[in-house]
Amino acid sequence: MRWANGSSVPSPRWGEGQGEGVPRALQVPAMTPFTLYGVPVASRLILGTSQYPSPAILAESVTKSGTEIVTVSLRRESGADRSGQDFWTLIQGLGVRVLPNTAGCHSVKEAVTTAQMAREVFGTSWIKLEVIGEADTLQPDVFGLVDAARILSADGFNVFPYTTEDLVVAERLLEAGCKVLMPWGAPIGTGKGLNNVFGLRAMRAHFPGVPLVIDAGLGLPSHAAAAMEMGYDAVLLNTAVAKAGDPAAMATAFAKAVEAGRTAYLAGPMEPRDMAAPSTPVIGKAQLG
Amino acid sequence: MRLKVNGSEQDVAAATLAEALEVLDYSGTVVATALNGSFVPAKVRRDTRLTDGDAIEIVAPKQGG
Repeated sequence: MRWANGSSVPSPRWGEGQGEGVPRALQVPAMTPFTLYGVPVASRLILGTSQYPSPAILAESVTKSGTEIVTVSLRRESGADRSGQDFWTLIQGLGVRVLPNTAGCHSVKEAVTTAQMAREVFGTSWIKLEVIGEADTLQPDVFGLVDAARILSADGFNVFPYTTEDLVVAERLLEAGCKVLMPWGAPIGTGKGLNNVFGLRAMRAHFPGVPLVIDAGLGLPSHAAAAMEMGYDAVLLNTAVAKAGDPAAMATAFAKAVEAGRTAYLAGPMEPRDMAAPSTPVIGKAQLG
Repeated sequence: MRLKVNGSEQDVAAATLAEALEVLDYSGTVVATALNGSFVPAKVRRDTRLTDGDAIEIVAPKQGG
């Protein structure tokens, strides 16, 4: 094919054998695995297990999302109540890895003790570390978060800290032993998306070699796509799927959005500009006026 | 002995944490325990003696985000 300016590019050819003649754009490895603490993970969507209308809908949503990792928690249970046991049996049957959380912990001691209990119950050293500092926003207490991350990392935990886009806190978390960072998009459960795009962009640029997962506050698949388009490695969400009218369908939508965003990021999006530039060549336009 | 179990005070006829779990009908369940705010691994529950007024937390897998 020859451009109007005389240069030529290879013509795309279709359907000529396995991989041959397929336009280059379709060969982009959109969902190549990334690694979290040395574990290769193909799906860049991590899903929470809370607030679903039923266990069956939870199971279907997990399956439809294609996720390989789900978050879980530990809560009080009486001896007669077997719902926790049933839930654990359900999750184990889905063939996914669990990422236990320290949700609701407000102190370093609470978070550390919860993590220790989670490691024993779930049989994993992975821990989504939440140290909550404020009741309205459920924002991290970043000081307690760094302290707890240091204690847990020294004790052999693989810490996934739920943090903000604060770069100094991120540096401290990495110094404390974290090898993954999970900044919020917006406060937990708000569905507002990416509240501080500029801060999240800066964070991505500042830590190019660190797996970054946007966790919390996403409400729409387009939010997830935007996170992936920025180059984030994955997203973690719960309420946006669980509280949708059709959680399983929404899980499918999020899976597609994550793939679309990742593919777009790898494809190299165009640079935005303020002024228009014609997409149709001006050369050769008929003089009709 | 008078214990606080998951926030509720009750009389529990047990001398160790392991016995308390049996008496409270937790046999065969997947749970984690803490005594007075500190984690007690399952393997040492039998050797963990209880005292009047102790607070026990017994937690199980649950949904989470």
